[in-house]
Amino acid sequence: MTQRSITHPFGKKRRLHERVIETILFLFALFSIMITVGIAVILIRESFLFFSTPEVTLVGFFTGKTWQPMIDMFGFLPLLNATITTSVIAMLFAIPLGLFVAIYLAEYATDKVRGRLKPILEVLAGIPTIVYGYFALTFMTPLLRSIFGQETVEIYNTASAGLVIGILVLPMIATMAEDAISAVPKELRLAGLALGGTPIETTFRVVIPAALSGLSATFLLALSRAIGETMIVALAAGAGPNMTFNPFEAAETITGYIVRISGGDVSYNSVDYNSIFALGLVLFIITFTLNLISRKVSSLFYQEYE
Amino acid sequence: MKVMQAAAEESFEFLGKSEAVENQEIITLEDVNIHYGSFHAVKNASLPIYEKQVTAFIGPSGCGKSTVLRSINRMNDMIRGATIDGKVLFHGHDLYAKDVDPVLIRRSIGMVFQKPNPFPKSIYENITWGAKINGFKGDYNELVETSLQKAALWDEVKDKLKENALRLSGGQQQRLCIARTLAVQPEVILMDEPASALDPIATGRIEELILELKKYYTIVIVTHNMGQASRVSDNTAFFMVDEGRTGYLEEYAPTEQLFLNPTHKKTEEYISGKFG
Repeated sequence: MTQRSITHPFGKKRRLHERVIETILFLFALFSIMITVGIAVILIRESFLFFSTPEVTLVGFFTGKTWQPMIDMFGFLPLLNATITTSVIAMLFAIPLGLFVAIYLAEYATDKVRGRLKPILEVLAGIPTIVYGYFALTFMTPLLRSIFGQETVEIYNTASAGLVIGILVLPMIATMAEDAISAVPKELRLAGLALGGTPIETTFRVVIPAALSGLSATFLLALSRAIGETMIVALAAGAGPNMTFNPFEAAETITGYIVRISGGDVSYNSVDYNSIFALGLVLFIITFTLNLISRKVSSLFYQEYE
Repeated sequence: MKVMQAAAEESFEFLGKSEAVENQEIITLEDVNIHYGSFHAVKNASLPIYEKQVTAFIGPSGCGKSTVLRSINRMNDMIRGATIDGKVLFHGHDLYAKDVDPVLIRRSIGMVFQKPNPFPKSIYENITWGAKINGFKGDYNELVETSLQKAALWDEVKDKLKENALRLSGGQQQRLCIARTLAVQPEVILMDEPASALDPIATGRIEELILELKKYYTIVIVTHNMGQASRVSDNTAFFMVDEGRTGYLEEYAPTEQLFLNPTHKKTEEYISGKFG
């Protein structure tokens, strides 16, 4: 048997088309990264325009308790406060509930039940957020008003928006938390049971603590999602900045304000218009940081059990 | 060779007598049949387990020895579709009777697994976990120290009790798992190939530990390693698997007798390495 040639039959040409495809794939990847960078650049440039306006100061922006661009008051705390209120309400609702759903799915549901429930959760995650917005306005708000009284609960309020954001992120928390719980090795459950633990004791005192970092990552990502949520708050939380800690009062969130301004008839290059970029940048930094922390925590968690 | 045989016969006699006189049956399996769904995993297993002795389960893969082991503390309950017929008597009480709580069984019949599985918590918390849920009221520091001492791990870890148990070596982790089991104060310890994931030195330490522990506890050990069975056990149950892949008990005897004078042909073939 003669030895086969192991040199390129056409010199180096043979590999050329592979290189071309590789380059094209790389360019596509680069393109998507460039878009993200482009967004950040525009946000930063326009924010710079905003902060270079004489009426605006950095200190005033971050500490001011009044946001009234008409009278040159640019304190963003009322907007931030409303964002935090809706997000905290959403988390208070969605974390316990999502965790219970996840525990049930991961530890107790039979394969058959899990096979039916998970698709339902995924469908829930696919509902457009504008529909959730209507839901907040036409179902949650009337419900809250009938429970707590018409005088106590305003038509637009952060509680209703927050609860519905909670419903929105619930499927995300449930499915991601289920992944985190299922990633805990089976051997740890057996150890808990073999030491005389009941299934409940084993779940809550072995499995959940062991999944804690994975669960934290899930909660951070859900928080980030809640902070960035727009349509629900735009429809149901209120259309006017209001520095209040009462969740039954109307208050405008950062995202809600951005929607109102960018959809309204404010002229380009006005201070109002530029302000939404500064707010967008703040929002971007908050959610970006949360996502980064979440990723870091989650990669550490999944490393632990490899 | 002749000397060995003579010794074996002598010790057989000795063992036979000692069982009758000193060691009581603590667990009795009567016609145990285990199914996984429609698959017949183990048929008609009957054997005694004597108090404060080491009983070894050996046999080729798929012979059901681990399945039988798990039936003794009802860990098979955790496997969906697993059903059992027959009786597993513990102090004469059927563990599968309706009035028996499997959670409480496991507090008396502890288990150590093939792969060391410490909790991702501190060494200290690993020991106290089982005691805490069992409502232990005594001194936890003392419990941790005595449990680790009994498991021959105290000297190695006494200065780092707050450290995460996952940082210990495999052998240390396994001894920690044994210590954790001891802290619940069981009567019986089931060990499912406890050294198969360990290196020879760590294995040797586990074997020494088993010989020490049998002074206070009844031990049942599943092992693939026949040398290990002959070194640590008093009685050996040899399981085989039939053509339908159903496991059954082929021969049960005092260990020395089973290894030196097996009465069944299959036992002889297996221990001499002809298959398995």
